[in-house]
Amino acid sequence: STCLVVAEHDNNQLLNSTLNTITAASKLGVSNISVLVAGSKCGAVAESVAKVNGVSNVICVDHPTLEHSLAETITPIIVNLQSKEDISHILTPATNFGKNFLPRVAALLNVSQISEITKVTDSETFQRPIYAGNAIATVKSTDKCKVGTVRTTAFDKASTTGGSAKVVSANDWAVPLVEKAISETNIKWESSEVKKSERPELTSARVVVSGGRGMKNGENFKMLEELADTLGGAVGASRAAVDSGFVSNDLQVGQTGKIVAPELYIAVGISGAIQHLAGMKDSKVIVAINKDPEAPIFQVADVGLVGDLFNEVPKLTESIKKSK
Amino acid sequence: MSLKILVPIKRVVDYAVKIRVKGDKSGVETANVKMSMNPFDEIAVEEAIRIKEKGLAKEIVAVSMGPKTAQESIRTSIAMGADKGIHVETSAELQPLSVAKLLKELVDKEKPNLIILGKQAIDDDCNQTAQMLAGLLNWPQATFASKVDIKDDKVHVTREIDGGLETLSMKLPAVISCDLRLNEPRYAKLQNIMKSKKAELKVETPEGLKVDITSNLKTISVEEPPKRSGGAKVENVEKVVEALKKHALI
Repeated sequence: STCLVVAEHDNNQLLNSTLNTITAASKLGVSNISVLVAGSKCGAVAESVAKVNGVSNVICVDHPTLEHSLAETITPIIVNLQSKEDISHILTPATNFGKNFLPRVAALLNVSQISEITKVTDSETFQRPIYAGNAIATVKSTDKCKVGTVRTTAFDKASTTGGSAKVVSANDWAVPLVEKAISETNIKWESSEVKKSERPELTSARVVVSGGRGMKNGENFKMLEELADTLGGAVGASRAAVDSGFVSNDLQVGQTGKIVAPELYIAVGISGAIQHLAGMKDSKVIVAINKDPEAPIFQVADVGLVGDLFNEVPKLTESIKKSK
Repeated sequence: MSLKILVPIKRVVDYAVKIRVKGDKSGVETANVKMSMNPFDEIAVEEAIRIKEKGLAKEIVAVSMGPKTAQESIRTSIAMGADKGIHVETSAELQPLSVAKLLKELVDKEKPNLIILGKQAIDDDCNQTAQMLAGLLNWPQATFASKVDIKDDKVHVTREIDGGLETLSMKLPAVISCDLRLNEPRYAKLQNIMKSKKAELKVETPEGLKVDITSNLKTISVEEPPKRSGGAKVENVEKVVEALKKHALI
């Protein structure tokens, strides 16, 4: 039996989410883990996947139209692979990348999808959060092929060394499928704005410092950036802070934003609405700074500090710098 | 081009309700709990209405599935500004794949050229129906939309991706799933709410639409998540630093 992992990458580098997904695949008890790398000039990504511990095959499809991983073009490749190679499972990260195309694949295979897998119990049984993580469902699939997205924070990263898989190009049969999909659906990528940051990526950062409505404005987030940089962390925000226009959408941590589970989560001026807690409550250590002692964030915080964030945050940054 | 827009909606436990897991682990308590239209679906209804208000659409059809009570959400969307409603009546639990198959049959009958729906329901958090439906129809899709712009026979959609935004252009017909920041849904006016109660809804059934809704995915149990033991407070920043050291974080 084979699990196909659909790799998330940026055409230059493999993203960590793929490594988390490979670990989830290793818990299925399958005999092979194949990884599909579909992209444009993505040969180096395929070579690095081949070295990942536990990977048995790498299938590479390289075509200019695959640069932006459109659901319409990647789907027929996966559906075709499934029928060719008798694939029993298909997994991909539950990021906006994976969430976009995997249900399309499942529908064409006529199977259900298991979204946001947080635990693999056996080859048919999985756990997944529902109601924004306020309940955990255990589900069992008897579909011929189990298709699921993996919540990356629930699985460790597979080691990037130790593997020696072979990279096989599937361009001969896959490129015609991609071209057919483009002409049938008339989908066209126009542009993208992706922010480049020196800080680690929010969902995989070891430390996340988030600000809420209590920050009062976007300018004050500089204070959190300094604290985050002292700790080598990423900056996040609550939905209230995003809705108030303090920071951009992609920083939002919560049920409708990013799900994070860092070693350390520092919540500053965040009251702790249910939907925010859903996005960060699996963090290992939570520190909360808020002037309201009754704020719900304190109920989940391991270390709560009641005080004015405008005094406490700079003090905290200084103390950490000194103690290093 | 004058569009016909199909807006599938789901009735879910209201977002403000603190849900309770049933003692027998069979699911979440939904009896005597406030129910509402899924928030992302409200955004979908709103977007369809805005497109119609710009003179780009002639008709908006709202569809919901489930027991008779699902009709309430259809009526809410009619009160907001949808033109007509279709209720697919069933007491069976529907998986997204079944919903997508039922919608495909309705698309074949109603012939819309744009389908707008919420990116996910806040009960099962699946985030699947739009993509599945687009796949079954072999239509282009734009998920997690934060901006929709229709020009001639094309729709340009700005969508939220990890780390930023991207814009796609699609030739109609197409499927769009809405993200949170696409718009802010309006409240229905009281007189429209009263009127919507009398609106005639078309009622269909899975049997009538000849769709097999059995699923190979079964829920074995639903449990409460492990509780976090928080609540400890410290007096000052020095104590915070001490705690971070204790956990080997600095």
